[in-house]
Amino acid sequence: MQLIVTFASTAAAMAMEAYCRSAGVPGRIIPVPTQISAGCGLAWSAPLDSKLVIEQALLDCQLAAVGLHELELP
Amino acid sequence: MIYFDNAATTLAKPPGVLTAVQQALGSFGAAGRGAHTASLAAGRAIYKARERVAWLLGAPSPQRVAFCANATEALNIVLSSLARPGSHALTTAAAHNSILRPLYRQAERGARMSILPVAADGSIDYAAFADLFEADTNLAVVTHNSNVTGDVYDIARMAEICHAHGALLAVDAAQTAGILPLDMAEMGIDILVFTGHKGLYGIQGTGGLCLAEGVELEPLVVGGSGLHSFDHQHPTLMPERLEAGTANAHGLAALAAGCDYLIEVGVAEVRSQSLVLARHFEAGARRIPGVRIYGGQADVQRSPIVALNVGSEDSAAISDRLDMEYGICTRPGVHCAPLMHEALGTAEQGAVRFSFSHLNTVAEVDKALAALEQVSQTRKRSRCS
Repeated sequence: MQLIVTFASTAAAMAMEAYCRSAGVPGRIIPVPTQISAGCGLAWSAPLDSKLVIEQALLDCQLAAVGLHELELP
Repeated sequence: MIYFDNAATTLAKPPGVLTAVQQALGSFGAAGRGAHTASLAAGRAIYKARERVAWLLGAPSPQRVAFCANATEALNIVLSSLARPGSHALTTAAAHNSILRPLYRQAERGARMSILPVAADGSIDYAAFADLFEADTNLAVVTHNSNVTGDVYDIARMAEICHAHGALLAVDAAQTAGILPLDMAEMGIDILVFTGHKGLYGIQGTGGLCLAEGVELEPLVVGGSGLHSFDHQHPTLMPERLEAGTANAHGLAALAAGCDYLIEVGVAEVRSQSLVLARHFEAGARRIPGVRIYGGQADVQRSPIVALNVGSEDSAAISDRLDMEYGICTRPGVHCAPLMHEALGTAEQGAVRFSFSHLNTVAEVDKALAALEQVSQTRKRSRCS
């Protein structure tokens, strides 16, 4: 299972990546899985056990996530 | 070649800018159009540019920085969004056509507008500016400096006046971003417009605007965003709200590198060095018989621009001689600032504008002074014969 964070803007996804890279927060950008949205866009994918760290990262960089999803990715 | 047309575009760029463009050309995909390595490389460069611009200009956050092709496009976004029928917008006669023409067009569409005159020395009267506000004035769009005289206007003072009347202040910083210290919050700026290829040392085709928190504009262009493709409406959140189509990621990589350079050297240092050159040139030019310099009152801040004429000679002829005979690049004419030239009395003659970068040298300035003196002397001989 992976934790998938979706955003309302590409800039927010890039901000998340910039913050997580500098802070050593696990995860990477992936295309938004079609299970979440049939549109296009970027999401942050991280191990499920890092949920607390990810939520803190969202607070730290003042990013409003559109959704946090727990998914089994292929 | 000696290049003194930095107010039009900076020619000498920091080495990091050239490297950034070269690397981008070999590695960038389309940003926000996928999550593969090449696309993310472009996306990271754009985000880095947002971060650097926000930091340099005192924008609230990288998300409040939207990019477009140039300052003119950014000003069109501002004016098409806010100068609407039923509202009243202000500017000053120091404005560039990038403000004036969109404003005239909005006036044709039903908006009302007022233009604060400038005095014959290029200065503006702030009390008269305050008197222009009416009950429905919602916006003032002003230039930070005159792109003709180099005189810098008191933005903080104009912001106070705007806010006291419940209006927003949009500032055209095309000539001053990267050249003068700027801080949106400290100066009370609601909308700051910049270009990438002048003082920020990026390349042409980049510009944008920074919005204070709570300020929202309608997009000028809508379309592909890489987000919510089935929605009929363009995304509403900044910065994508004001951006549509594939971004100029290569140009924005250059802009980020230019900003990195400025952050390392310091805008205050850049300003200091370029003003030393401008003042050295101005002092020398004032000693040349027949040379008249415009603007530059003692009590105003300056940007590194000196505009002059030699007697009654056509500014285009003087500029052409400087280029052809001495290899010195300057800008004649009216600099897309028709109202300022009318105020200065140079609408017909234009003026020869020398604009300096801190990457210019004192030796170059001395060569320009020698050339100007020879051009002036030759003019006198030809007139007397």
